[in-house]
Formats: sequence, structure tokens, C-alpha cells
Amino acid sequence: MNEIWAGIQAAFRLIMTLDADLVEITLRSLQVSLSALVIASIFALPFGTWLALSRFRFRRTAIASLNALMGLPPVVVGLIVYLLLSRSGPFGVLGLLFTPTAMIIAQVIIITPLIASITHQAMRELWAEYHDLLISLNSTKSQRILTLIRDGRRTLLTAALAGFGRAIGEVGAIMIVGGNIDNATRVLTTAIALETGKGDFALALGLGFVLIMLALLVNISIHALSRTEREGRW
Amino acid sequence: MVTQQMSVTLKQAVITRRGTRTLGPINMTLAATGFTIVLGPNGSGKTSLLKVLHGVERLSSGLVTWSVADVDARQAQAYVFQKPIMLRRSVRQNLAYPLQLRKFHKSQINACVEDWAERINLQDALNRPATRLSGGEQQKLALARALIRDPKVLFLDEPCANLDGRSTREIETLLRDSCASGTRIIMATHDLGQARRLASDIVFLLDGNVREQSTAKDFFDAQQTVEARAFLNGDIIE
Repeated sequence: MNEIWAGIQAAFRLIMTLDADLVEITLRSLQVSLSALVIASIFALPFGTWLALSRFRFRRTAIASLNALMGLPPVVVGLIVYLLLSRSGPFGVLGLLFTPTAMIIAQVIIITPLIASITHQAMRELWAEYHDLLISLNSTKSQRILTLIRDGRRTLLTAALAGFGRAIGEVGAIMIVGGNIDNATRVLTTAIALETGKGDFALALGLGFVLIMLALLVNISIHALSRTEREGRW
Repeated sequence: MVTQQMSVTLKQAVITRRGTRTLGPINMTLAATGFTIVLGPNGSGKTSLLKVLHGVERLSSGLVTWSVADVDARQAQAYVFQKPIMLRRSVRQNLAYPLQLRKFHKSQINACVEDWAERINLQDALNRPATRLSGGEQQKLALARALIRDPKVLFLDEPCANLDGRSTREIETLLRDSCASGTRIIMATHDLGQARRLASDIVFLLDGNVREQSTAKDFFDAQQTVEARAFLNGDIIE
């Protein structure tokens, strides 16, 4: 119990004094996870929507694989990205290993299937509702996808936030490809792992509380910002 | 735009779903003008027939042939569903949507939207979400959205099925107006009163087959078949 109390105190102290390290680590966490979220959404939202309204031969297989990929173990993703980016790997010349870019790449791979799958689930229902009308109006496929994305934006937000939640709390992959280097690739989760290992539970807990508050804050602010329509079923 | 007259011919049209024949074989021609009412009890194939003509339901065998090229035919048609499908947007955006798909100019879209909103008496509701309208208002909006592209052919699938007298009258007025201005209307209903008020000719369906096709006058005054007579008498036919 003592540790938790000390942790709360530590968190309070860190935030109140705007501890320079804490601010840097927090901003890097945000930068990595938000970049990953934006990039993953650019791929995943149209892909999930397309999957909801397309009929092709291996559709069931594609959906099943996508759902399976939602549970992709981050450590394995980290390992593979590490091998690809390491000096001897195919993309070694880019010198990306142990940079925030590498961490973003790993997180994009982890959250894209998740966002695409939730998008697909949500869009399937909307498509069932709109199907007859959009077919009757003789719309093109890209027009259909755009219409669904626009009118289903509320549910897409949920999908994106689920992706963000997974990215911001993820530690296995970014630890491997980022290396937890102070002032370079250290983020909240890897810092927590480090402090726990060092036995500095108060600081680890403090960082933990900051992480939770950050996730809450981002969720609340995205909801507040995007609430352009307040009517029930949008 | 299609300027030619559009007539349509069905040749041995059949729909088979899971081994049972739900429509056909149908052989018939619909002329390029007029107000055709498709009559028949539930499950007689009215919706299937409209969807086949509209090109959204595939035939198992047989042919639908329009007097113009298929692409042009699809472009010049509109369809109003029994249960109005509202986009989760405002009334204004619902009306503008078909025109946006065709990439009309913004000012042109706005003019059309204002015009049609006034015709369906929803000019004060333009910024309200369409999903919050009443059933009658939704169906009027669906009809305006179908007519806003100025289609040559308009299909309606029991558009007044769940509406009260006033909404029905408003919709019938809109339909009569657009028919008078040259839109070909093909409408399914099982409301005999409505058929008498609107039809110029009748297609009577039973069990997926055309039992009778004639002008409205002939159909109501001198039916050819026993089933049609029974239907008009208000007997329950199966």
C-alpha cells in the first residue's frame, strides 16, 4: 500500500514541477503513438470499409485473417521489424533502428489490423442500411466508400481510439526496436519497465498514473472535438 | 442526358432463388409514357419485378431490354423504396446527395435543393437530421431525392404503405405532377383506391406471373381473369 501512496505522491510531484524528463518522455509517447495512429488509420479505415462492401472469392478468409492479426503479439512484431531494420537486414541502410521512426513502424503494424477489423464490423451494419439506396443511385465504389466513412465517422472514431489505446500502452515492440535510449527513444511504457526493474516503484507508478491520465485526456479531447453532431444516431 | 423515349421489354424473365421460382416467366412490354400501377397481393412478385426493371436484381434467365443503351437507362432511373432509406445527414445533404454523386456545381445543387425542399414543404427543416423526420416526411424526402435528378423513369415500391391520408395525398400530388411533366412512373401497390386514382395502365401480378395487363379503364371495368375480379372485389386471393 505504501508504494501506491508513494506513487501517487511521485506522480503529483512530477506533474506539478513539470519535470523536464517527464515532459520529454510524455511528448515522445504522444508523438509516436499519434503518428502511428494517423498512418494506420489512413490505411485501415478505407480498407475496412472496402472489405465491408466488397464481395470477392476469398472474402471470408481475408476477414478471418484480419481478425486473427488483431491478436498479433507485439514482441514478435518488434522482433521482425528489428530484423528488417538492423544493419544486416534489408532496410539496414536506412539507419532507422533505435529511432522513433522504427517505433512508429512497429506500432503501425500492430494497430492497423485492429482498426481495420473494428471498422469492418461497424461498416457492415451501415452498408446493410445504405446498400439499396447507393446501388440504386448508381454510385461508384469509391463514392460508396467515402459515403460510408463520412456517415459512419462516429464508429470509426471508436475504432481509431481502440488503436490508439493499444499503441500508447504497448511496450514489447517499441522496447525492442526503440531500445529505450534516454533522450532518444524512451517513452512512458519503456520508462515504467525500466524503473520497475531498477526497483524505483514510486517513480514507475508515477509514470504509470501519467500514462493513464494521458490516455484518458486524449480520448476525452478527441470525443469533445469531433462532436460536431449531437443528434442520437450519427 | 437521355432525350430518347425509354420503353422496356421483358423476355422470358425468370428469378429462381434456392430452387423456387419467385418471378416469371414474364413477357411484357411497358410503353415509354404513362403511369403504370403494378397490383397484386403480398409476395406476388411486385418488388422483384420493379427491381429487375431497375437493374438491381439479377435475373436467373431471360432478358430485360431498354430502348436505350443499358448505361444510359441506369442513369435515367430512380427508385423509391417501401421503407425510406435516410442517409444519416441533414435533410439538405440528403437532397443534395444524388447531385453530388453526379458532380453537379455547388450553386446548381443549392438551387435544386431549395426548390425541392419547398415543393415537399420541408424548407424549414433543411438543417434537421433526416433520421429525425416523421415517416411521412421521410417518404416525401425520399421521393424528392429520387426526383431531383429529373429521372426519365421513376419506380416506387408501395411508397404510401404506412402513411396516413394527408401524407398519401401530398405524395400522390407530387407523383401526378411529375407524371404530367413527362416522367414515366411504375409503381407497386396493393391499395386499390390509389390504383384507381393514379393509374393509366395496370399490371396485375399473382404468384410471380403477369395475370393481366391492360389500361386502367379496362382493368377496372372489364377484368379478363377470375383472379383479378376477385382481387377487385376485395376477396382474399392466394
